[in-house]
Amino acid sequence: MSSTDLLAQEGLGRDRPAAVRRLLARPELGSLIAAVAVFTVFAGAAEPFLRLSSLGTVLYAASTIGIMAVPVSLLMIGGEFDLSAGVLVTTAALTSSMVSYQFTAVTWVGVLVSLATTLAIGWFNGFMLGRTKLPSFIVTLGTFLMLTGANLGVTKAISGTVSTKSISDMEGFESCRRLFASEVTVGGLTIKATVWWWLGLLVVGSWVLLRTRFGNWIFAVGGDADAARAVGVPVARTKTLLYLGVGFGAWVLGQHLLFSFDTVQSGEGIGNELIYIVAAVIGGCLITGGYGSVVGSALGALIFGMASKGIIYAQWNPDWFKFFLGAMLLLAALLNAYVKRRAERGPR
Amino acid sequence: MNTDAATNTDGMGTELLSLDGVGKSYGTVLALQDVSLTLRAGEISCVLGDNGAGKSTLIKIISGLHRHDEGSYTVAGEEVRFDSPRQALERGIATVYQDLAVVPLMPVWRNFFLGSEQGTRRWGGLRLDAEGMRATTREALARMGIDLHDVDRPIGTLSGGQRQCVAIARAVHFGAKVLILDEPTAALGVKQSGVVLKYVTAARDAGLGVVLITHNPHHAYLVGDHFTLLRRGRMAGSHPRAEIGLEQLTTEMAGGSDLAELSHELARPPVPDSREERPQP
Repeated sequence: MSSTDLLAQEGLGRDRPAAVRRLLARPELGSLIAAVAVFTVFAGAAEPFLRLSSLGTVLYAASTIGIMAVPVSLLMIGGEFDLSAGVLVTTAALTSSMVSYQFTAVTWVGVLVSLATTLAIGWFNGFMLGRTKLPSFIVTLGTFLMLTGANLGVTKAISGTVSTKSISDMEGFESCRRLFASEVTVGGLTIKATVWWWLGLLVVGSWVLLRTRFGNWIFAVGGDADAARAVGVPVARTKTLLYLGVGFGAWVLGQHLLFSFDTVQSGEGIGNELIYIVAAVIGGCLITGGYGSVVGSALGALIFGMASKGIIYAQWNPDWFKFFLGAMLLLAALLNAYVKRRAERGPR
Repeated sequence: MNTDAATNTDGMGTELLSLDGVGKSYGTVLALQDVSLTLRAGEISCVLGDNGAGKSTLIKIISGLHRHDEGSYTVAGEEVRFDSPRQALERGIATVYQDLAVVPLMPVWRNFFLGSEQGTRRWGGLRLDAEGMRATTREALARMGIDLHDVDRPIGTLSGGQRQCVAIARAVHFGAKVLILDEPTAALGVKQSGVVLKYVTAARDAGLGVVLITHNPHHAYLVGDHFTLLRRGRMAGSHPRAEIGLEQLTTEMAGGSDLAELSHELARPPVPDSREERPQP
């Protein structure tokens, strides 16, 4: 009795504004408002922006970021970075193409070897992180540089040029293309396969994060790794699995690039890792981990898609796109810090 | 695992663990020497000592973080030598550290079940039973006398004392027989300390044995059944409650004769009589 009173005096009994507080503390809130704002701006500035065909274009641009933003946001909630994510996509495409070309004439073999490769690289990142205790910034910066070099070096050594040879006449190319690079047109709206992959990853990623034991561990290892370890959470294994997730995303996107363009430029992908991180941060992920949302990362990717295409529709100077992105990132990071403080300190 | 706290009460008074002549050295530094302690179910045993007296070393041995070099450590009648906290936990020895094992930004219920999450029957246990876990958290807290409706709020929004209480309730819920509390009141105000001590006694009433580490004799004397004093790694005293008063405990804790000497040194010289022109030489 008296104990309850004590807690009530300290403010524990005041549950009235709980619903409002919970809404304000949602990590996606900022990105939702920003997405609506960006949409409104371009809808007003560019008439073609509202056409169905434009929606398809925007969704496609968003999906090529979103597919990676899902695993990257999970990784960031788990408290780590992956700077190798951008070039890993190119590695996935190159591996698939070259294995198919050099060893077999069936594209599916290359596709599967590529999956094994990206997962192995993800595992390597996680293993190095767990073993060396180095910050993931350094570990994955190393992987990033190594992959950048290897992409160019191996491609040149094998094909003699910086791009791969065409594989469009191989067995399995059409079925792979259907899976990774097809498109469906419904009443003027063209939806590319990447959009389905994105939605699928989004649903699975969000479900895993919010509704599974593993998701609980993701929050915990990012929020306080020592506390997580103390109650028996396998910290290193959890983080390694998150890097495997990034490997999987890179594989999907890499196969898309390969089967929609047939050849792959080995120098591509550099810088994209930062765009994935920006999408995750705009979506509410804290740089320091332990807080964020997969749905938010999708909104971040959508903002990216709307802005990159909207600028063209509005016939603004596209040079300013990066400026816009940077300003957006700073605003989002400030908002996240504010939301975090709210969540931590509560109403008192 | 999820032993109901009430079922533990049958074994009141049975010996849970005992240390006999336990010692530990780090390299050439003797951190702990010849310490003996016995803990029974439904008993609060307080370990008091100043900074560097060996309290942390003692907890680390009991909770399995360090192995002892000398003497014997017996849990439920069986001599043990733990290699990891996990082994201690498996034998029902749970430790609530000063810098609590909670993740501040996670909701209370997620923290409560962290590492021991419940799955639903469907999906092969893959899907979290979020509603069940929320309800269980509420119940387990209520059983300890903590009334917290909104278990969805980040645990970081609770005060230090409230977080201690949740951590204690968690240990009790997951079937701990022995609860080791490392300075639970050190960073807390008077009122909060009172709340925490209340839950310490609630854990005792649920049939747990509690080892309470503190340097505050007042807090210890409020709840303790037995008092072990440590000084410079050695036992400086071991008294059941019946044999010692708060006054004596405070004096012993503060260093006994050392304190008497200190108070003599610090005492103000007698105030000179105002009528005299100058103090006496």
